[in-house]
Amino acid sequence: MSLRVKKPGDRLESITLPPVSRLDLIKYAGASGDFNPIHTIDEAAEKAGLPGMIAHGMWTMGNLGKLFTPYVGEGFIEKFSVRFAGMVFPGDHLTLSATLKEAQGAQQTYEAVAANQDGAKVIKGEIVWRLYGE
Amino acid sequence: MFEELIGKRSNPVRNTIERGAVRKFAEAIGDPHPVFTDPAFADEKGLKANIAPPTFPVTFDYGKIEGLDLPKAGLIHGEQSFEYKRPLYVGEALRCYREIEKYQERKGKLGQMGFLFIKSTAEDRNGELVMTATQTIILSETVRKGMKG
Repeated sequence: MSLRVKKPGDRLESITLPPVSRLDLIKYAGASGDFNPIHTIDEAAEKAGLPGMIAHGMWTMGNLGKLFTPYVGEGFIEKFSVRFAGMVFPGDHLTLSATLKEAQGAQQTYEAVAANQDGAKVIKGEIVWRLYGE
Repeated sequence: MFEELIGKRSNPVRNTIERGAVRKFAEAIGDPHPVFTDPAFADEKGLKANIAPPTFPVTFDYGKIEGLDLPKAGLIHGEQSFEYKRPLYVGEALRCYREIEKYQERKGKLGQMGFLFIKSTAEDRNGELVMTATQTIILSETVRKGMKG
């Protein structure tokens, strides 16, 4: 299993997450130190004009990064940039995917996406992977 | 209201990457891979230590930018990026600070929207740049009016 052999247009194995749970977000609040209550308490989210509590954008971004974790022996994430394109709610089913757009020497640029059960992209991102020893 | 803060930098804060914090973070993003959590795995892979997940720098203290008082509610995290010279290692100490990079306003769905770009930096003990992160915060017209009041 190696990213070295990927060609533009190739995809990484996509990951489907279990439905987003309230506990996931409470755990992320604790681990990240982001205790903004719109991510953990419905009433606080409603007061802020949201339909209910929403996931931390950084929780979803953190999850997206794991597409590349199996390959860390052969390289590292040099750049990881995202736009938070949509909100994520408890119960949502997210799918994470990445497609190689461009390869230049040791550097590979992937388009990385998190999409919900309706196919709406909640994160549009780009990951630049740097291979060791090239 | 943010224009006068552009280029203002916080006083650096020393952050040590703690093993337990990395494990908890990796679990919270559903990625408890041994490369983050198991020293024996790091040895086996020839890494000098376990590494931290790429979004782990959100846990660092970057110090306070004097004069920057953001409201607790109503902020939208629009974009985020991390750029690395190398991975971050468990156990290492980093000198972290942040600054206001730029501020723009443009018309959007919710009126005149403000876009605040905050750049965070982490350097190693030799002063070498290791990581920069840029966060874009969107402030709606209503939120900004509340701040002025």
